[in-house]
Amino acid sequence: MTQPLLSVKNLTVEFKTRTGTVHALENVSFDIGAGQIIGIIGESGSGKSVCAYTIMGILDRAARVTSGEILFEGRDVLAMRRAERNQWRGAEASIIFQSPRTALNPIRSVGDQICDVIARHLPVPAAEVRKRAIDALRQVRIPDPERRMKAYPYELSGGLCQRVGIASALACSPRLLIADEPTTGLDVTTQAVVMDLMRDLARARGLAVALITHDLALASEYCDHLAIMHAGHVVETGPTTQVIAAPRHPYTQRLLRSVPSSVTCLADLEAIDGSLPDLRRNDLSPCRFAERCTRRLSTCDAPALHLENSGPGRFVACRNPL
Amino acid sequence: MLARIVLRLLGAIPTLFGVVLATFLLTRVLPGDPAVFFASNPTMNASDIEALRQSLGLDKSLPQQFWIYLTDLMHGDLGQSISTGLPVLTELKNRLPASAELTILAFLIAIAVAIPLGVIAALKPGSLVDHASRVIATLGVSLPTFVAGLLLIYLFYFQLGVAPEPIGRLDPFMFAPDRITGFLTIDALIVGDFEVFRAALAQMILPAVTMALFALAPLTRMTRASMVGALGSEYVRTARANGLKRTQIIWTYAFRNAMLPIITSLGMTFSYMLGANVLVERVFAWPGIGAFAMDSIINLDYAPLQGFMLLMAAIFILVNLTTDLLTAVVDPRAAK
Amino acid sequence: MTRATLDTLRYNLRENRLNLVAFLLFALILLCAIFGPWLAPYDPLQSNADVALQPPSAQHWFGTDQLGRDLFSRVLTATRLDLTLAFSAVILSCTIGSIIGAIVGYRGGIVDGVTSRLVDVLMAFPLFVLAMAMVAALGNSIINVIYATAVINLPFYIRLTRTEVRVRRDLAYVEAAKVAGASDFRILTKFLLPNVASPIVIQASVNLGWAVLNAAGLSFLGLGVKPPTPEWGIMVAEGAKFITSGEWWIAFFPSLALMLTVFTFNLLGDALRDILDPRMRT
Repeated sequence: MTQPLLSVKNLTVEFKTRTGTVHALENVSFDIGAGQIIGIIGESGSGKSVCAYTIMGILDRAARVTSGEILFEGRDVLAMRRAERNQWRGAEASIIFQSPRTALNPIRSVGDQICDVIARHLPVPAAEVRKRAIDALRQVRIPDPERRMKAYPYELSGGLCQRVGIASALACSPRLLIADEPTTGLDVTTQAVVMDLMRDLARARGLAVALITHDLALASEYCDHLAIMHAGHVVETGPTTQVIAAPRHPYTQRLLRSVPSSVTCLADLEAIDGSLPDLRRNDLSPCRFAERCTRRLSTCDAPALHLENSGPGRFVACRNPL
Repeated sequence: MLARIVLRLLGAIPTLFGVVLATFLLTRVLPGDPAVFFASNPTMNASDIEALRQSLGLDKSLPQQFWIYLTDLMHGDLGQSISTGLPVLTELKNRLPASAELTILAFLIAIAVAIPLGVIAALKPGSLVDHASRVIATLGVSLPTFVAGLLLIYLFYFQLGVAPEPIGRLDPFMFAPDRITGFLTIDALIVGDFEVFRAALAQMILPAVTMALFALAPLTRMTRASMVGALGSEYVRTARANGLKRTQIIWTYAFRNAMLPIITSLGMTFSYMLGANVLVERVFAWPGIGAFAMDSIINLDYAPLQGFMLLMAAIFILVNLTTDLLTAVVDPRAAK
Repeated sequence: MTRATLDTLRYNLRENRLNLVAFLLFALILLCAIFGPWLAPYDPLQSNADVALQPPSAQHWFGTDQLGRDLFSRVLTATRLDLTLAFSAVILSCTIGSIIGAIVGYRGGIVDGVTSRLVDVLMAFPLFVLAMAMVAALGNSIINVIYATAVINLPFYIRLTRTEVRVRRDLAYVEAAKVAGASDFRILTKFLLPNVASPIVIQASVNLGWAVLNAAGLSFLGLGVKPPTPEWGIMVAEGAKFITSGEWWIAFFPSLALMLTVFTFNLLGDALRDILDPRMRT
């Protein structure tokens, strides 16, 4: 089995805040293979974005990575020196964000911003930088890219802004793209256009994509694999079709039942009782879903709960899986 | 761009008119009959006083006086100063450079200290620089200008002896260069008189620092807050995520965006400084327009006071226009 | 004050020592203002040529001035006057300015346009000189200083309230109230003004500092309050003449009092900002 492009192993991240330490991520592990599109699914507060930011190295000052490794092509990015990490970001792995327009510098032209990224990572002359920037815009199917180079973010629609974001993220041909809720702020038709574009680019370039979203339907349509997160834990991973058809973790099942699809009607939707545990507590149980779980056993409070292999390519962290 | 300037100037006309009207009314409310006040020459009798009053136009009705004033204004005639006998326009022309020179130097000092301080404080939150900038800011704003001036005089002139005596723009034993711009320092440089240049600059430093102290506080605060906001923005996060170099992120991405509210702040600070220099001019015996305004008030001299207010308002409007244009240059959204 | 505000208050004072200091200093100054005249060891107006120009000593903690008056008593007594000036001016301009701003912001239209223009005109003036002219015009008295200070501070409150009301007047809960039949007056007083109160209170506390500086500045120039009334600005003006001959204490102690007071008001403004609206923190 070839080495995965990205391998997150036992990542634990904490935030020091005025009201206590937030245990944002605990023992998070998952792999992304080259050319795969993996969806990281979870509610708000499940730690999906923290995961993404930790991989990219753009966490807040108050964050501490207390344990774990992030292996990118075998190298632990967490152990990289700052200069090396800075080189790596944007060139070998990139990220796009949720609100496309605010993610762009409002007083700098779109072309200049893409050129900044290219000039930073690729030692090519200025004329070449510009040519590549125009090319990047063309690749994300922006019509009349030369003219658009001079445009400012406020002149562009949300969808166009997100495409510019994708262009600047892919300008230096990274091997991993993290997309943090890239289409949440866009309307449905634009969503489809942007997602299709990302998928096409990924396939064409052999790019690995980590799609972070709370939208199960979106993930089920575009992702090969899923990693379900809950309250800072990865609770289940596996190929999309299998996870959706036969979920192993009770949370995944409840999640699927709470989301409308073409076969259910409103009355069939089930909410999950309770709410996310307060991650500042020091007495958090090993399984953070236990308090809300209908399949809870007495063994669920035993420590050292890990992701266990439960089939080819499938992992689940549960003592009473489905 | 030209259309924008014209539009803004046109928009300023009502405000300017309001200022003209307001100053006119204000000065007419001043008690006392100036004619009597200045006709204190004992050889003047009642008919002479009456003649003086007529020549000053004080016997006409208020609306008539206003109309006369307005028409005179259109011709560039700001009236005559009763106490000095010179046309107001001349007086203002003579005295404005003194205040302007001082204010500009103070302004430059304030910017040179406040902006770097604010940027560093924003880059290192919670550090010594950050706390120091906050303390300086709060102290600067708590210190009355006249206290600051007196304190500086006490320290640097009286105790340390490094500053010259605070008696105005130039040591009375020096000869001022021929008036070209009215700015002593620049004029001295133009004629190559370095002795006078040095002396004039030395006289300016203490009052300029006094004025700068007051402007330092809001500017530092504003810069720090603006910079913190910019550094925490989403586009800076994107820049970081794309691996851009730290210097580029700080200056091209964060600082340029942070400049926008700072520019507006700078404009307001400049206007305020120009108008508020009465106290500084009093403490340092500076022959500027602030002192001129003060004298006019005490002497119940209408015309100079009106001229002064009008001049200040005009400068204020001009400064607003400049900040507006500068903002449009930096921020393409505002140019639309 | 609600329970929540009290809790936040307690949390904040514990968290940020500076805020606690602000409140304590404010209490101290207030005490000086209220009890000053009784606590003063000497009569502030009593001159005694024998002890003129004495440096600080055990008998005269702040020294004496050129007429032999005890400086400590004078500075202490002046607290009441300066604070009265500041509070009166700020309360006046705050109340009137907020009401005007609220009405104008809520109504919009021509009323808004005209008032905004008037405020623009007022703000185009060099405000301190305007205050000088007003006091000169109306006469040198305490009440006129209060009026002048109040007038030049009006624009800030008008603009502040206007903006805050404008931002909120189109919000859903105001619409709901309108639909439910609430009168404009009721909407303004029950819904809008309470929410606008925080920024106004914060502005007012900072304003207190400006007002003190303003009054002191006017007195320093000889306008407004006249000697021998003990007022910090006048005392600094009197002391200024003696700086170059070495008798520093005459100007120093009233200056210190001024600084401390304005500093306290500024700190208070910061503290209130932390408590009432942490989002506005700088």
